[in-house]
Amino acid sequence: MLFFLSFVVFLIGLYCVATRKNLLKIVMGIVIMEYAVNFFLILLGYRMGGVAPIVTEGVKEAKFVDPLPQAMVLTSIVISIATLAFIVAICIRIYQRYHTFDVTEIRRLKG
Amino acid sequence: MNPLKEPQRGMTVIVKTIAKFVVPPIILFGIYIVLHGHLTPGGGFAGGVIVGSAFILLTLAFGKEVAFQKLKRSTASVLESVGALIFLSLALLGIAAGGWFFLNFLPKGHPLRILSAGFIPLANIGIGIKVGAGIFAVFLTLIVFRVSAKK
Amino acid sequence: MNIIPLFVAVPLGAAFILVLMGKREIASDVIVNLATLCLAILSLVLIPFLKNNNGVFVYAMGMWFPPKGINLVLDGLSLFMLIVVNTVAFFISLYSIGYMKRFTAKSRFYSLFMLMLAGMNGVVLTGDFFNLFVFLEIASIASYALVAFGVEAEELEAAFKYMVMSSIASVLILFSVGLLYGLTGSLNMADVAGIIQGENNLLLSFSLILFLVGFGLKAAIIPFHAWLPDAHPSAPAPISAMLSGVLIKALGVYTIIRIFFNVYGMTTQLSWTLMILGVISMISGGLLAIRQEDFKRLLAYSSISQIGYILVGLGCGNYWGLIGALFHLLNHATFKSLLFLNSGAVEYSTGTRKLEEMGGLSKVMPVTGATSTIGSLSISGIPPFNGFWSKLFIIFGLVQAGHFIITALTVLVSVLTLAYYLKVQRFAFFGRLREKWAQIKEVPKVMCVSMIVLAIICIGTGILFYPLMKTILEPAVAVLQEGTKYSILILGG
Repeated sequence: MLFFLSFVVFLIGLYCVATRKNLLKIVMGIVIMEYAVNFFLILLGYRMGGVAPIVTEGVKEAKFVDPLPQAMVLTSIVISIATLAFIVAICIRIYQRYHTFDVTEIRRLKG
Repeated sequence: MNPLKEPQRGMTVIVKTIAKFVVPPIILFGIYIVLHGHLTPGGGFAGGVIVGSAFILLTLAFGKEVAFQKLKRSTASVLESVGALIFLSLALLGIAAGGWFFLNFLPKGHPLRILSAGFIPLANIGIGIKVGAGIFAVFLTLIVFRVSAKK
Repeated sequence: MNIIPLFVAVPLGAAFILVLMGKREIASDVIVNLATLCLAILSLVLIPFLKNNNGVFVYAMGMWFPPKGINLVLDGLSLFMLIVVNTVAFFISLYSIGYMKRFTAKSRFYSLFMLMLAGMNGVVLTGDFFNLFVFLEIASIASYALVAFGVEAEELEAAFKYMVMSSIASVLILFSVGLLYGLTGSLNMADVAGIIQGENNLLLSFSLILFLVGFGLKAAIIPFHAWLPDAHPSAPAPISAMLSGVLIKALGVYTIIRIFFNVYGMTTQLSWTLMILGVISMISGGLLAIRQEDFKRLLAYSSISQIGYILVGLGCGNYWGLIGALFHLLNHATFKSLLFLNSGAVEYSTGTRKLEEMGGLSKVMPVTGATSTIGSLSISGIPPFNGFWSKLFIIFGLVQAGHFIITALTVLVSVLTLAYYLKVQRFAFFGRLREKWAQIKEVPKVMCVSMIVLAIICIGTGILFYPLMKTILEPAVAVLQEGTKYSILILGG
């Protein structure tokens, strides 16, 4: 059920990217999609009644959740930070050149 | 030049005073997270972000001139490269020491001690430097954009 | 065997050292060219090495053997891609010495260039899904920055478009990797291939479709092509050459080949899908190219069309089709980067990209004129240049498989290609020289050298296609024909 929810969030992000006209809203759509996928990956690793996979002195033979998706999510967060920083920088530069955030007015390339 | 006595730059005295108290513990906490990366949750990336955010707090509270005195932008990008090179050279040392890329060539030690897990703590330090400097550099870059846009 | 990780480590290290170099331009020129030259030579050194290892070699990073650890896989296909990527990268870095003088921050340009190269080499070598995603993102982020490198209005717009499309592609790919992990509990390509073999359920097909859309976006196959004609012309010329010549192949076509042939295994529906997408890209890319007035934009549309050829060959699936597709991939990398470098040379001297404003340029720029003629003839498939042979092999394959309509279309598009390249030649290089261009000079010598060598490669691979086929193409085709036996080869060896 929750898997389905993450897919719905993903589609909301895609809808946002496809229909919004503001550059920053498009960026937010991308971020929503990335979070939906991260959510999905975390869910994949969940085991019923599992605990966080941290090995400490007292805990032994506990039922851990799968740690691999968590590592994947961490990596994908790092990557999305890099993308986000760059895309925001591009947006600011576009605003300097065109003085608008509206994609319908940013149309010098066509053909 | 005492930044507390220059009200025209940065935020109010309250914010400045609190920031002054809070920044050293934040940096210390970041370093703790980096050094315990192989034992507890966290590690190079999380710790680096915490250290970087301490510098961001400095910039926000005191204005960027004061923050630049502590860490210049060029220094930040140099540190970023140095961190990445530390990580890469550790991976390459694996070839020199044991014949495999990324081989964990240092002695593993006893589990759950601070000196264990071979070269993982060293790699975490490299990543921590890179991420902290990188986050700060990204922040500064975005700030500089805004200033030039206003002119 | 320890040279395999160097393909990732050397460019990464060079990238970070270049940032430290700052403004010392000559030193950074030297570092970049040394690094790319080393990589190009190393990739050639691996040919005999691979032969001694029966065509497949698995490198376990940090001695964590598959399926647990991340492994790098060197087989015929990876080696072939490595040779293409690194050789082209060397000539492009040589060309950049002259071309990038117009831009500030040359060392930053080089640094991004090396990051992109590291990402591409990683994508080609890795045998792990998540690692593939990470390298894909390294290469993509570096390429976003490179497209926006000139920070003019058009370049920023193109970069934004490219970033949005490409980020969606990355998210889809990550989603699909997650699905596969959920279904199989493994991220290793070979292991996943072994587990899903023969299985057939809905989620598996869904992940396949996500991969197709994701990598299709990266490869700019026609329904997903919208970013390419903006992004490729906007970048500086050496980067256009890199993006069009190598990046879309390493990130898009190679990954499609690897995942579809070796992990999922080709089925009839899948090969028809590839073939139909290929035909659509081939025809509409060609039709769109013919009405372009901008030199680089025309080349960008032509890239879409030529990617279509590669997909048709792949979809065809028999020996001739596959060998034609891979040979066309190699050829396209050489002549398309040559043509982009030519367009860069024209822009360097005249400052324009509009075809109507040029004319008679081969009188004042003999090297550029001659090499671009060679490039155009090769891409339109005139014997004895290399493009002729690869198109001929694809047509052989299609006839052998009995797809006569597609064969006819392929031949027609080839004529179309000839038409629009003749247009380029006529408008830009032949005809009457305009007065305002009478004073311009040929581009600097380093740029000429790299264009001349690429032109020689075009002729050389055309004449010596047979030994080339035997040494590097046949091992690569063998990997494709093994199909899902890949998993046994990797895990068993």
